Amino acid sequence: MMTTLDSKVPAGPITEKWDKHRFNMKLVNPANKRKYSAIVVGSGLAGASAAASLAELGYQVSCFCYQDSPRRAHSIAAQGGINAAKNYPNDGDSIWRLFYDTVKGGDFRAREANVYRLAQVSDEIIDQCVAQGVPFARDYGGLLDNRSFGGALVSRTFYARGQTGQQLLLGAYSALSRQIGLGTIKMFPRTEMLDLVVVDGRARGIVTRDMVTGKIFSYAADAVILATGGYSNVFFLSTNAIGCNVTATYRAYKRGAMFANPCYTQIHPTCIPVSGEHQSKLTLMSESLRNDGRIWVPLNKGEKRAANDIPEAERDYYLERKYPSYGNLAPRDISSRAAKQVCDEGRGVGDTGKGVYLDFRDAINRLGEDVIRERYGNLFDMYERITGENPYKAPMRIYPALHYTMGGLWVDYNLMSNIPGLFVLGEANFSDHGANRLGASALMQGLADGYFIIPYTIGDFYVRSGVSKVTTDHEEFKKAEAEATDRMKKLLALKGKRTVVDIHRQLGKVLWEGCGMGRNEAGLKKALAEIPVIREEFWKNAIVTGGNEEINQALERAGRVADFLEFAELMVYDALMRRESCGGHFREESQTKEGEALRNDAEYSYVSAWEYTGVGKTPTLYKEPLTFENVLLAERSYK
Amino acid sequence: MMNLKLKVWRQKNAQDKGRIVDYDAKDVSPDMSFLEMLDIVNEELILKGQEPIVFDHDCREGICGMCSQTINGIPHGPERGTTVCQLHMRHFKDGDTIFIEPWRARAFPVMKDLIVDRSALDKIIQAGGFVSVDTGGCPDANSLPIAKDDAEDSMDAAACIGCGACVAACKNASAMLFVSAKVGHFAKLPQGKVERERRIQAMVKAMDDAGFGNCTNYYECEAVCPKEISVRFIALMNREYLRTINHLGRKKSGGF
Repeated sequence: MMTTLDSKVPAGPITEKWDKHRFNMKLVNPANKRKYSAIVVGSGLAGASAAASLAELGYQVSCFCYQDSPRRAHSIAAQGGINAAKNYPNDGDSIWRLFYDTVKGGDFRAREANVYRLAQVSDEIIDQCVAQGVPFARDYGGLLDNRSFGGALVSRTFYARGQTGQQLLLGAYSALSRQIGLGTIKMFPRTEMLDLVVVDGRARGIVTRDMVTGKIFSYAADAVILATGGYSNVFFLSTNAIGCNVTATYRAYKRGAMFANPCYTQIHPTCIPVSGEHQSKLTLMSESLRNDGRIWVPLNKGEKRAANDIPEAERDYYLERKYPSYGNLAPRDISSRAAKQVCDEGRGVGDTGKGVYLDFRDAINRLGEDVIRERYGNLFDMYERITGENPYKAPMRIYPALHYTMGGLWVDYNLMSNIPGLFVLGEANFSDHGANRLGASALMQGLADGYFIIPYTIGDFYVRSGVSKVTTDHEEFKKAEAEATDRMKKLLALKGKRTVVDIHRQLGKVLWEGCGMGRNEAGLKKALAEIPVIREEFWKNAIVTGGNEEINQALERAGRVADFLEFAELMVYDALMRRESCGGHFREESQTKEGEALRNDAEYSYVSAWEYTGVGKTPTLYKEPLTFENVLLAERSYK
Repeated sequence: MMNLKLKVWRQKNAQDKGRIVDYDAKDVSPDMSFLEMLDIVNEELILKGQEPIVFDHDCREGICGMCSQTINGIPHGPERGTTVCQLHMRHFKDGDTIFIEPWRARAFPVMKDLIVDRSALDKIIQAGGFVSVDTGGCPDANSLPIAKDDAEDSMDAAACIGCGACVAACKNASAMLFVSAKVGHFAKLPQGKVERERRIQAMVKAMDDAGFGNCTNYYECEAVCPKEISVRFIALMNREYLRTINHLGRKKSGGF
């Protein structure tokens, strides 16, 4: 099958594209809407907002999540905030500036038209959330408050203490719940998608496993929407929830959907450092802390004194030194690499030497402890709970960790993949953040996709393609169900000597070393050789206990890890191909004399989209060229 | 490093009677979270070909509300304002015996081991835990000033993670703290006032239908709430409810 990549970006000036496109798209007559159905997989910000909005319009919606309730999707853990171009603080923001900052922050590897639209709808998101009752932070006059965030010189981030993701998700969950109560959405919690069903080149449904009874069911619909989040857990340790996985998007890839930019993963600069081998996940400390916290390491190697005993002259506030205009608010990729660099020099802090200080001493002296408590109280509490140290008294220790994945399934301007009828929203798609996502932009994108983009573009697809006559009786459904059943049997037959978690941990180490914060040709090739060996080890030597017809967490984990073991290879192929440094992808062969990332626009100004060719086989690369007509393609400088 | 004795509730499925089974947790580091300690016990069980202890968990940073274990008789364990996933082993000492059980409440049937069915909480939200606005067409966010104190109060209630510890701690298995957190979140905001009568009526009915008990002011719920939500929201909820009765009464008699 020859696949072509048509981004379907409408013609005309960027400021008018979305308006014109909305006019040109076909509309479904209100009375006909109930004839069309959509499956939404995932109930995070993108999934819940899409499901609710489509049901409000009158479509028949089914929504699936693996947790016991849609309210628990990992969007809930986002702390810092959500960006919008409201310009309430009167500090020079605009739609154009949010667009510009996002394209630049993404190191010029995002599609301009998508990013402009994102900035355009950002204001409506805030209006929507406030109408739902999201309790954003306010000032004494009763109006909304804003804070600043990395990669921007304006304050455009709306927040609800350090729980913005939770409050936005509860807003979307309440809209979703309202529709479930009205009977317009059928909700399937504790249900995991195992496969996508494609009939005659069009997505027609999904195969799922009921995680309580083990029953394999399939569901058919006129469109399938994946809002299944990112794949950071391929690294074993990440800030993602334990259950986050790549299965839904990877299975779609195996059915023909293109996977774009898989090597673009974001390493978040402010996480609590690893404490030992037992560690099951990493915890993020919101980037918003960098508004008031100052990042430093001792000037000298092998410093043994406690942080507070080190005099000012012997501290290196390296971000402020290297990037005077952005300072501690330098973008995530730059801050993470700078932290790694000082630790590699032997100036890292804590028992492992893999940590830097995030110090609030000056802010507390300037503003008082109460103000700091009001701004970040819950984050400080969380830090103390995990580390047993009081950050009001001594600086926090932080280190970069895997956090967000900019790569995802390839989608066109309508958020539809190359498989007609398969839409992909939120972190699961690749579209808006290029090679690096700016802080507080994930929440914005998830809600933009779900509330304000898919409700328009899906209608156009429905009208153009008509009501599907395919039901789950179709042989493709039966075949996919049989494959899923067979796969469960194969996993349950694994009675080797190593646990799935142990093998997953091994995979994570290989990826972190070969395809982590810094990457080079030799390291990537080594990883590429090691991954198939681990995969073989898994299928020979893993143990999966229990049976299928019951709650079986060992089986669930095994299925997810099996997919990570294939997906990891795809990531490395992508990283190997991209011989340039951009955003979250730092290729050591491509750097400036000062050690900054060096992009290669002449050769790599494209989206890499990969087509599946078989397990262990080199996937086929397709390129979507990126053109920049509105943003000046320049070397990123935060100095 | 510590060695601990665990006494864990094992129950094969909803029909099984269930029982306490003893396990040893060896070489536990004080830096481990409680769930990481259980991970290690489970890894050992798997290596022995035995079924691991199943428990709900996901974000492991105290916000998703999925983890739900009663530790030594206290939902979420001994630390105040802390979910099981954020409870660290430094709060235990070498040689301790630890009882681990699921949430216990009629409305939360045990599904397996430590996993219970909390869908009753979702049903309460589906009945009225929302503001009835569709997507689109909302007024500018700053067109509705809200006093900072009200917004903060609302946020105090909205912080609820829906874990159900309040129910598990209550002698009556009452969900009043959970329901009042949602009612309080909206009652403090102008957006929520538009349909306050409908909301409180519907949510209370869903709560009663699910088999949750009533509140008799033990305040155990507040004591175990990982987000430390105050029982004053229960008082507020009662006022909202009473107000509705009066309101509807007047409506019936044409007193408006």
